[in-house]
Amino acid sequence: MDIYTETILDHYQHPHHAGALGKPTISTTEHNPLCGDVIRLDLKINKDTVEEIGFVGNGCAISQASMSMLADYVEGKKISVLKKLKPKDIYNLLGITISPGRTKCALLGLNALQKNLH
Amino acid sequence: MQNIKSDFPILKRKINGKALIYLDNASTTQKPKTVLKALVDFYSTSNANIHRGIHTISEEATDKYEEVRKKVAKFIGATEEEIIFTKSATESINCVAVAWGQKHINAGDEIIVSALEHHANLVPWQELAKNKKAILKIIPLTANYILDTDAYQKLLSAKTKLVCVTAQSNVTGTITPVKKIVEMAHIVGAKVMVDGAQSVGHTPTNLTSLGCDFFAFSAHKMMGPTGVGVLYIRSDLMNEMTPFMYGGEMIESVQEKSATYRTGHWKFEAGTPNIAGVVAYGAAIDYINKIGLKNIADHDKELLAYAKKMLARYPQVKVFSPSKPQDTGAVLSFAIDGVHPHDIATIFNDHGIAIRSGLHCAEPLLQKLGAPNGTARLSFYIYNTKKDIDTVEIALKKVLKIFKL
Repeated sequence: MDIYTETILDHYQHPHHAGALGKPTISTTEHNPLCGDVIRLDLKINKDTVEEIGFVGNGCAISQASMSMLADYVEGKKISVLKKLKPKDIYNLLGITISPGRTKCALLGLNALQKNLH
Repeated sequence: MQNIKSDFPILKRKINGKALIYLDNASTTQKPKTVLKALVDFYSTSNANIHRGIHTISEEATDKYEEVRKKVAKFIGATEEEIIFTKSATESINCVAVAWGQKHINAGDEIIVSALEHHANLVPWQELAKNKKAILKIIPLTANYILDTDAYQKLLSAKTKLVCVTAQSNVTGTITPVKKIVEMAHIVGAKVMVDGAQSVGHTPTNLTSLGCDFFAFSAHKMMGPTGVGVLYIRSDLMNEMTPFMYGGEMIESVQEKSATYRTGHWKFEAGTPNIAGVVAYGAAIDYINKIGLKNIADHDKELLAYAKKMLARYPQVKVFSPSKPQDTGAVLSFAIDGVHPHDIATIFNDHGIAIRSGLHCAEPLLQKLGAPNGTARLSFYIYNTKKDIDTVEIALKKVLKIFKL
């Protein structure tokens, strides 16, 4: 049950789409009060598509890698597709088993995205 | 302390195929067989409500419950009339905030709390200060994680009405100079509330000598059941305090539209208490007395020194702990740059090691320590061994390997 796979650690230590966007269409900050993990998520939206994504985060390997992997997926996708994302899609992206204690970490990025899109 | 592990059934458990190494004792401690047996025995033989029945088992239950009040009083150097049973240390502190604070804190008064406080000994005072337009002041820490008593001296004035301080931090393990803090507060006429949750089960406490006004702690951090807290109120302060809960047991006489209340500690124990929990708590105190608090304190110090020495071998690890052993209890917080404490705890758990990670219900303190993500915390008790610390080292090496540090 090793959750610290090479992929996860690579995303944690070298996150993709790291950094705030210059002129985001929408920006939101999601916070996990239990552990203090935080993600600011910026989206640049063109009509119905996410053209560009950037995030600034601080937290555990799971929350930050999950956001990085989700950001890869999100860029270039239609909003209608992104609105349908479910927790199990995130677990599939991560490719590991998430224990109940760590679901909040894994889903922090998804929550930030959904807050932005709704 | 060699054979002590066998007294604790839970320590036979395997976690992820490894023997459980329980190092989260500052959160709650494990329970020896004698405490578990006391719970079962009470419910099996003497279960009844207390202080009201005149039937045999109610009298038995009352005797057993009151016996523990005497035992607790003796354990902390108080009298039984000064001991109130609550559900937790948190409830004990909130009782003081309501039953004493509402009456005695006024606009412009000052309440001093230390920078080491758990939220339980901080937030009730924030709320009281807000409601009463009183002022909250904070005793800062030195660079060595101990309270800055010079700064404390400067905060004290005739406006100070209450000083709230922990006897031992649940994050840095810092043991505070309670006696000195109390003496200094009493010079300006302030009362002192001490949070003893981390200290009472680890080191001898004598409230007559400490001289504090209020003292709170919980049974479950000293091998007793959860759901039992203790509040000590110095006897001469009881009459100045109002009840904080109303209901059965605490009343003297009730008419349809008014009631009068019992005096002394009785007026603070409304409703049916955790009778079986209190009775089993007595067995926990017996267990501690059998081992001896001095031996427990020595064992804590030995493990702390051993763990600190081990962590010092890893330059990637930063510890948040006073330098002198006499300033530190059985708690050791550390952090690793580049690894979140929750990830450390997850990898430790893979090795069967239970530790606490994060902010430890002390968010302002963690900010001040420069650890906004929190720390990983080892906290020891009598059943821990140096071998446990050796396993911690193996897990720590794994953390550093995984994160390539």
